[in-house]
Formats: sequence, C-alpha cells, structure tokens
Amino acid sequence: MHELSIVSSVVDQVIETLNAYPGARVKEVRLRLGALSAVIEDSLQFCYGIATQNTPLAGSVLVVKVLPIVMRCDSCNADVELPGVQSFRCPRCEAPVSDLRQGRELEIESIEIENEEVTVKS
Amino acid sequence: MTTRIVELRQGILKKNDELARALRERYTAAAVLVLNLVSSPGTGKTAFLEQTLRELRKSGARVAALVGDLETDNDARRLAASGAPVRQINTHGICHLEAEMVSKHLDGWQLSELDYLFIENVGNLVCPSSYDLGEKIRVALLSVTEGEDKPLKYPTLFNSADAAIITKIDLAEPCGFDRETALRNIHEIRPGIKIFEVSAKTGAGMAQWLQYLREQRPIAKP
Repeated sequence: MHELSIVSSVVDQVIETLNAYPGARVKEVRLRLGALSAVIEDSLQFCYGIATQNTPLAGSVLVVKVLPIVMRCDSCNADVELPGVQSFRCPRCEAPVSDLRQGRELEIESIEIENEEVTVKS
Repeated sequence: MTTRIVELRQGILKKNDELARALRERYTAAAVLVLNLVSSPGTGKTAFLEQTLRELRKSGARVAALVGDLETDNDARRLAASGAPVRQINTHGICHLEAEMVSKHLDGWQLSELDYLFIENVGNLVCPSSYDLGEKIRVALLSVTEGEDKPLKYPTLFNSADAAIITKIDLAEPCGFDRETALRNIHEIRPGIKIFEVSAKTGAGMAQWLQYLREQRPIAKP
C-alpha cells in the first residue's frame, strides 16, 4: 500500500508551507481525494498518526473529502456524476463515457493553523 | 491565539507529477515511445515483454527496458537475453515505481537513440496507478488465470490505462476463461480501450500488438 508515501508527501508539503507562518501549530489538514484515487482513508488515518509524530503536525486532525467521479457525456452534452466505480456509463442515457472530469484528485485543500500571536511573514 | 485557514490546493504527488512532466518532455524531444506496463504479480509481464523486445529488435527497432521489482535482478537478466539494454530498479519495499526512480535509472542512456522504451512496473494493480512516469501509453495486463472480474475489482488502474493485454491465452480453455465477460468488463471500466489477446508462449496475438506499437511511434526522428 502506498498510503504512507502519500501521507509523507502531505507532511512534507505542510511543513514547507509552515515556513511562512513561524510558530504556528497545525490543527487540521484537509484533503480532497477522488473516488478513483485508489487511496483508502482508514490506511491514511493510520499512517497519519505515525508520520506526524515529532513534527509540527503532531496531534492534528486529518479530514478527507471524497469527490465523486464526474464524466463528460457527449450524448447528453453534460458532465454527469457516476454513482460508483463499477460502470463507466452515463447514469442518464447509458452511453459509455471515457472523458474523466473529476475523480482522480489527490490534493491538499487547506490547513488550519493556530498562532500565539499574529506573526505572518508573506 | 489566532486561528486561520491556509488554502493550499496543491497536488499531494506534486513532486512526482512535476518530474513526470519533465520526463514526458524528454521522451517527446527524443521521439521515443514510452510504455508503462502494469499488472498483478504473475500475470506474465516479463514473458510478454521478452517477446516484444525480441520481435521489435528483429524488425530493426531500437528498444530498451527498465524493470521494477522489490528485490532481485532476475527479470532484468531475463529481459537482457533479448539483446536489448535493460536496467533493474529495486524499490526495496516500495510497491510502485516513481518518476524519480525512472529518471535516475535513465542516466547515461541516449534516449534519442531509442525507438521504444518499456517500463515494467512492480507487480501491483493498485499503487502504480497514482504515479505518472511520463509514459505515453499505460498498459494494463491481466492473464486468463486471474478471473474475468479483475477490471471491476481494480477500476482505478484499468480506467487509467490506454491499452489492455490479456495474457496466456493459450491457457484460456483449460482455465475455463470466459472471454466475452472479460472483454465486457474491461470495456465497462474503460470504454473504447484497445484490447490485445496474446500468448508470449505461442506468439498468438503478438502481430497485432506489434502493429499497434508501430502505429503509436512518434513520426520520424529529427
């Protein structure tokens, strides 16, 4: 499983971001994961606890938002949301759909940080 | 005490994606067709690639391969018997190849002197799907011994593939392989994908696959 690699990348990028916010403590890290991203949230949470030890992220909460798969349907001339990952057909007209518009995201959306005082260096 | 939200909106695998983009530019500039072969362990990636390398070399094409495994250089030695330059990437526990590993192992190779570069990924149907290696064609392989529902079980990989290969078709009958169901399942997950049914052992189906490779080659070297 590659969840530990994923979590390590998250931790590295958050620490890099914190350079601009000296003394800040991380409260929350929010991710956006596509339904087709092949990442298991339970494993992510498990790895997160380990990977954040002894970092400024220690004790923070990992929040995962799962984005449904959205495909372009040419017959309907619309972007359509798939109910699952077992069939790539338009849920309205049944036509096969192959143009993916959303669903593979592996993204850090935002972080919530806490500062003793406002000391923002931009 | 002040709390604030910092918007990041950045890819978790940003570093890999950037490296993959740089690799893709190098491949394009060198006019080399790069393929990333992904399957479960035991599907027959190496046997299939051995045959592919041999046949392409026979037709005068210049080919090379990188092969990923957790440990051992057994696969590299098998593939090198084809006469093509081959390098083994040992990931030592990592379940997929990353762009950085590929980039490092390309050191010293003149990509412009190659027509085809094959990257045989670590045997795994889940993790390699998240890691772009800069390839033009991602190939998902499944064998007739694995069950027709493999594409439904691993939709992420099959949906991101550009071509699918069904291997070991010489064993289809004794295995009771349901060809129609397998083809239907692949198309259900990836409508319109090119599918090749091959046997590295008997050579069945290899001609169509090789023809496809020739068609995918970038046009004329500078």
